[in-house]
Amino acid sequence: MKSISKKKNKSISYSKWGYIFLIPFFTIYILFSFIPLVSTFYYSFFENYMTGLTQIGPNFVGLENYKTILFESDLPKFALNTFIIWILGFIPQIIISLTIAIWFTSARLKLKFTGFFKTVIYMPNLIMAAAFSMLFWALFSDIGPVNNLLVALGYEPFSFMQSISGNRGLIALMNFLMWFGNTTILLMAAVMGIDNSILEAAQIDGANAWKTFWYVTIPSIKPILVYVFLTSLIGGIQMFDVPQILTNGAGGPNRTSMTMIMYLNRHLFSKNYGLAGALSVILLIVTAILSFIVYRNLTEREEK
Amino acid sequence: MNKFKRIIALMLVMIMGVTFVACGNDTKDVATPPVSDQKDAGDISQSEPEDKAGKVLNIWGWNNEFQGLYETYFEDAGLLPNDIEVKFTIVPNDDNAYQNALDEALLNQETASDDDKIDLFLIEADYALKYVESDYTLDIMKDVGLTDADIAGQYKYTQEIVTDSKGAIKGTSWQATPGLFAYRRSIAKDVLGTDDPVKVQEALSTWDKFYDVAKMSSTKGYKMLSGYDDSYRTFSNNVSSPWVDSNSTIVLDDNTVKWIEQSKEFTDKGYNNKSSLWDDQWAADQGPGGKVFGFFYSTWGINFTLLGNALETPLPDGITATSDPDVFKEATEGNGIFGDYGVVEGPQNYYWGGSWLCGATGSDNLELVQEIMRTMTCDADTLITITKDTQDFTNNIEAMDSLAADDNFASAFLGGQNHIKLFAESAKGIDMSNISPYDQGLNEEIQTAFRDYFNGTVDYDTALNNFYTAALEKYPNLKVSN
Amino acid sequence: MDLRKANRILCYIVLILLSILCLFSFYLLIVNSTRAHSQIQKGFSFTIGGFFNANLKNVLDNDELPVINGIINSFIVSSASAILATYFSVLTAFSIHTYDFKFKRIFFTFIMMIMMVPNQVSALGFMSWMGKLDLMDSLIPLFLPSIASPIVFYFMLAYMQSNLPKAMVEAARIDGASEFRIFNQMVLPIMKPAIAVQAIFTFVSAWNNYFIPTLIIRSAEKKTLPILIAQLRSADYLKFDMGQVYMLIFLAIIPIIIIYIILSKYIVRGVAVGSVKE
Repeated sequence: MKSISKKKNKSISYSKWGYIFLIPFFTIYILFSFIPLVSTFYYSFFENYMTGLTQIGPNFVGLENYKTILFESDLPKFALNTFIIWILGFIPQIIISLTIAIWFTSARLKLKFTGFFKTVIYMPNLIMAAAFSMLFWALFSDIGPVNNLLVALGYEPFSFMQSISGNRGLIALMNFLMWFGNTTILLMAAVMGIDNSILEAAQIDGANAWKTFWYVTIPSIKPILVYVFLTSLIGGIQMFDVPQILTNGAGGPNRTSMTMIMYLNRHLFSKNYGLAGALSVILLIVTAILSFIVYRNLTEREEK
Repeated sequence: MNKFKRIIALMLVMIMGVTFVACGNDTKDVATPPVSDQKDAGDISQSEPEDKAGKVLNIWGWNNEFQGLYETYFEDAGLLPNDIEVKFTIVPNDDNAYQNALDEALLNQETASDDDKIDLFLIEADYALKYVESDYTLDIMKDVGLTDADIAGQYKYTQEIVTDSKGAIKGTSWQATPGLFAYRRSIAKDVLGTDDPVKVQEALSTWDKFYDVAKMSSTKGYKMLSGYDDSYRTFSNNVSSPWVDSNSTIVLDDNTVKWIEQSKEFTDKGYNNKSSLWDDQWAADQGPGGKVFGFFYSTWGINFTLLGNALETPLPDGITATSDPDVFKEATEGNGIFGDYGVVEGPQNYYWGGSWLCGATGSDNLELVQEIMRTMTCDADTLITITKDTQDFTNNIEAMDSLAADDNFASAFLGGQNHIKLFAESAKGIDMSNISPYDQGLNEEIQTAFRDYFNGTVDYDTALNNFYTAALEKYPNLKVSN
Repeated sequence: MDLRKANRILCYIVLILLSILCLFSFYLLIVNSTRAHSQIQKGFSFTIGGFFNANLKNVLDNDELPVINGIINSFIVSSASAILATYFSVLTAFSIHTYDFKFKRIFFTFIMMIMMVPNQVSALGFMSWMGKLDLMDSLIPLFLPSIASPIVFYFMLAYMQSNLPKAMVEAARIDGASEFRIFNQMVLPIMKPAIAVQAIFTFVSAWNNYFIPTLIIRSAEKKTLPILIAQLRSADYLKFDMGQVYMLIFLAIIPIIIIYIILSKYIVRGVAVGSVKE
């Protein structure tokens, strides 16, 4: 982002083009997203929901909705659930994606059939989350093939759907399977974008594979790495359809797999714009802070 | 480079094409109402309300069930006036999408153009009162024009479900869905020494006796029920007061508490198989390998779901007992546990399922609405034909009683029993005066919350708290008693 | 030498295991589309059932289920989303990357902020707002908003920062090219790999989107595939048939696999081209 702060007198005459090229984005954003969003924020200060077909409110209640969400709900618990499930999926995802992205691009390994592998690993993402969850549900049910296998191997059957770790583990596994291909493609594009001469120079200097990876590859792909991390974090905070369908909206045993957006979704049942709006604002602030920290940390280290 | 440019150019042309087509459609939509207005204005002056009737009758539902019946028994029967087009709008149930869409449309009913106004919509029992208690639904007698004589033949409980607090009936159904207890004859013989429905009913006529049979079954290595929520509806249909009282406070009825106690005890003592309705364990328990004494099932479930689950090899596609009796007989003989089920009324009367038709306020086609309601839900001849064609149990006491007396309706699947007879009896005894507009959410949430209690994840108080929390999320206007 | 060989074998083993894991779900989908409803209900099996033709016939003969229309609608929405999202995100990123103007930082921060807003947050507001704009039951709200895709924009910007030196833009200006020409004829080709990658991502997520379409679309002839699948799943007991559900999921996945395989070749090649830099 250094380029932003740089100012050149020379380009002043072109600056109007900067505005012109932003017009489509902002017009569409304001028209389709910003207006509904502003009304969401506005209503977070009101008591405003439907009971049956009758509208209650809007009655101005100040910060009451925020108080309810922050101090009287289980939001901290749902935030923790979301974080645990996200990190369970993200750690293997980033490790495996980075590893195979390096393998695919490595000139030393010269792997064959990489076209096939590259094509296949993204494919789980093509299946609708709903269909994917249905399949996993059937696979890991009490009388599903996984339990049959456990019994055949002489173990006790394990009720995945009634166990906290079973539920969370399955959601994380599904998230991993659906997204590691996506991450690999992104990282691969980044790694291939590295100037070959830099890598060659490092090798000539006698750097081993690990050193090349750590001191050349990682810094070079940092923008994409930050992108992957940020989008995964945001995707994690917005995690919804996989746990929703796998747990049938209930959030697993004692709501231990209920994510923040699943909780938000519960308020949409009564069209509770007030509480849902407050929850959204809180989520937005939390995400913004987290992203800011991540962004700052990762980009600052680059400058050292 | 050039190729890429060409692709981009092609893409842009496509966008423009798409936008153009989409816009074209839109202008067409906008243009239609004035055309029809002109037609109306041209015919007769607009002051006479009858002539303002829209030319499109809009029916909303969450699946095609009624659409199929309507097309066969109304449209194909030549009952639809030539100048009216019937348009079905189907929004699936997932994520509450149907009710969200329906609510939005009903709230905008006043400003919608005549051809977009909803005329008829379908609802389910668990949320019926949400619509029935609102001004968006028409009184089928006063507003739509059905008469006492028209609906006299219907089962009373199907009317109770759609009766508002002032006593107005605001919906009508073509089906009745009384429930029964379907038991395995072979297991009954082993446990009770008999598979005679009369004697089995005798042994299961109260919940205490039901419990005794569960205990006896257990010693012989059988489970009484498959899962936690098998018996839920039997208890919840027989509550002594609605879910919510006049102060908007949630009331946990004694009968609901009884369900919790029974399910917990059954689970702890191994009298059930810890399944949930519709899951694979539940379905497998109904099949040849099952060791479960019986299942609570209503009309529609027996000849479709239970029968399908009981077979070892599935029926050839499209074959039912009525569509091709010979093929059906051949395919089912000696297949799985076909013929090993029997049905009894069980400890308490209950119903499960059903759809109702409601007239929407603002409808501009009331005459046709009335005609559809009368033919599809009141006319004994139509209803008896539906039952004969589809084996569905329909909402006409006289018609069902006549089938009950007809020995041709004996079911080979049920070992020769005439189940219509039992259903017809059971349906008359259902009392649904204690429903509330909140049944859908509260029934769902209590089963979800207590599943954790039954399988030992949480204790009773936590489960109850979880239930209250979930209930208040769905219905913020409710209160919890201290 | 041996070590390298061993390394390579290890790589292959890991890749093959991952591939099996990935393809397994497709196998299960196919198996389920060949089984009858009651077979699926009672649990899982790895063997093909004999109901493929019956399920296929039931899905295609279902008058209330406009499958072909659904495929066309899904295709229109997904390709328009992919094209609009990528083209305009590159344009937006180009603006932020290349030009210096007064409120640039504010615009950039704003876009980064809205990237974090979950879709569900404003869903109900979106629905009633579309009603006011008279865009209910239209495909437009399903693809036009993708012109403003903050996440795609962010990716394009990141890619641009490492692949589009400002000097190139200035050189083109000296050659007398207009800003639009620079964008369309120089920047877009450079961004080709990034565009291909994001086009696939956007296409897939639009293809599988259920949440927004179900709020907007009402008439049968405008429904997209995920709505049709949900509709089959909420069928009444007489018609409820998991065999059909899996068959439709299977049918829905074929076009997207074909498109993906076509585009994926392009990605692999495109990425390679992008890496050769001046």
